[in-house]
Amino acid sequence: MEATVSVLIGLFFAVAIYLLMSRQLVRILLGIAILGNAVNLLIFTSGRLLREVPPIIPEALQVPAETIANPLPQALILTAIVISFSFLAFLLVLAFRAYQELGTDDTNEMRVAEPTGDVRPPQGY
Amino acid sequence: MAAADTAVDLSQAMRLEPVLPGDWLVVAPLLLTILGGALCLITRKNTEAQPKVAIIFLTLLVLSCAGLLARVLDKGVVTMVAGSWLPPFGIAFTADALGATLALTSSLVALAVAVYGASDVDRSGRRYGFYPFLLLLMTGVCGAFLTGDIFNLYVWFEVLLISSFGLLVLGNERAQLDGAVKYAILNIIATTLFLIATGLLYGIVGTLNMADIAIKARGIGMDGPLTTVAVLYFLAFAMKAAAFPVNFWLPASYHTPRIVVSAVFAGLLTKVGVYALLRIFVLLMPDARAALADLIALVAILTMLTGVFGALAQTDIRRLLGYLVISGIGSMLAGLAIGTTPALAGAIFYAVHSILVMTALYMAAGVMRALGGSFSLRELGGLYGANPAFAAVFLMLGFAVAGLPPFSGFWPKVLLVDAALVGGHGWIAAAILITGLLTTIAIGRVWVFAFWRGGAEGTPDGYEKALAVPDPKITGAGIWLPIGLLLGLIVLLGIQPEFMMQVAGRGAASLGEPLGYLRSVFGDAIQ
Repeated sequence: MEATVSVLIGLFFAVAIYLLMSRQLVRILLGIAILGNAVNLLIFTSGRLLREVPPIIPEALQVPAETIANPLPQALILTAIVISFSFLAFLLVLAFRAYQELGTDDTNEMRVAEPTGDVRPPQGY
Repeated sequence: MAAADTAVDLSQAMRLEPVLPGDWLVVAPLLLTILGGALCLITRKNTEAQPKVAIIFLTLLVLSCAGLLARVLDKGVVTMVAGSWLPPFGIAFTADALGATLALTSSLVALAVAVYGASDVDRSGRRYGFYPFLLLLMTGVCGAFLTGDIFNLYVWFEVLLISSFGLLVLGNERAQLDGAVKYAILNIIATTLFLIATGLLYGIVGTLNMADIAIKARGIGMDGPLTTVAVLYFLAFAMKAAAFPVNFWLPASYHTPRIVVSAVFAGLLTKVGVYALLRIFVLLMPDARAALADLIALVAILTMLTGVFGALAQTDIRRLLGYLVISGIGSMLAGLAIGTTPALAGAIFYAVHSILVMTALYMAAGVMRALGGSFSLRELGGLYGANPAFAAVFLMLGFAVAGLPPFSGFWPKVLLVDAALVGGHGWIAAAILITGLLTTIAIGRVWVFAFWRGGAEGTPDGYEKALAVPDPKITGAGIWLPIGLLLGLIVLLGIQPEFMMQVAGRGAASLGEPLGYLRSVFGDAIQ
């Protein structure tokens, strides 16, 4: 089970990295979204996959009766999902505003902060 | 249910004794900043009240961090666990000398920035949330310094990152949006790498508590997967700290926001990355540090040199200072590469020095702009004639960043160079000294062009050009007070370094020989 999911995670990472290397801002953002999901799957798999027994303690007991699925990765992923979702929302707005102001979504042409023909520093004293 | 409850020994799962009143200081910085941030958010439209609220809460933050440091120095490492669940199950906050020192230094800087911001940030900047973001940024920074749980460290990194986004785009200018896009994307990739490494580490050791990881990783040694995790951590935090091959987001963005925002960024953000590197590579995985020592040394040397050469080639003072931030990161990484206790103490001392001096220098750049009307070395001039006292202040800050005595930059460099020579790392020592010389030249150029020259470029020698009358708001007490506070600390650390040396030594020792740290988390049974 872990091996199959690992291959899937590898595919997610491959797609994400391919998109991140693009020059178009929109593709980079899609890459970040997929990267976040790849990491969530990775954490999930790191906690070992066990489908059979949900992590619920029966009412009469104080500790689980048998080996249960690991609940911690789910808590971690929940945190990571919320964070990556809010970041993506911010990034989408930022990218749109940048596109409005700069008139391009090509990262090679986004050179307002670092102009190519910048003034050179003073040469003599 | 009552019968079932009595059958369970709760002391196996929880700390039953109440938390000592002094131990609440561990979480006090977080509570204060969140509360202060919320209050500032509520009073968002009352632009007069906001700075007052922020300054009150940041003063309380400084006091609580000072109290925490005093307690750590007095009683050793302090731990507090969420919900009193025994570690490793409860999320631990563990303050040692390293975390408490950096938290105190950061809170002092934040206080200075808040005071500076009261004169510098206009009403629209306050309305769009300068003070709430500043306080929440401090929540993230203090949380990162004080947490004892590696996933929690990730969460604090995200808290400080999202607050920094808010500060970075304050003003909504073209250059800010351009810089923010690069800053945001590269930093998100870095935190994602951190999360990947944490997921893999959890898969290997099955725990997220730092003390627990420290014990278990020592038992495993440097197996294949653990090396991968270590390299991923190094890449992630090198990106955060702006170390050499992954430093390009910093010069692309740090000069775009308001100068006071640049000041707080330059002081705090990269140092949190360095702190995480120290924590992970010395406390959690010392074997990984030993295995990667040569790589870290190479990165450190290249970071120092790219930083300082970049600084020499800049026209804009803010970008020049950004490159000096990078160069300082190299010195701290050098301490990590050498890895002995004196070297780590040097790195910690350097981090404290760098937090203070880089913030003060950016603030000084703001004053230069106010006096001379520009950030460009080609357009500045005659500042010495305009304000000799400020010229002296700038020169002192410049000497401090270059590592000349009697200022705070001198002693950490002494520690680092000495440790490098003792450890047989001649190249590192040489790189630190050359960087110091080149930094002196870079600062000297600013001094010559902006202060000594009579006016902007083209002014004939010996002539003085009259400067425009500066805005009284930007040269008043609200600006001098924070710069004076930071300068005072810088001079104090330079003249009386013993206390800081001792504290940095304690921090380094608790990283290298973590018995005190582990006992604080797991009780005295740990050997």
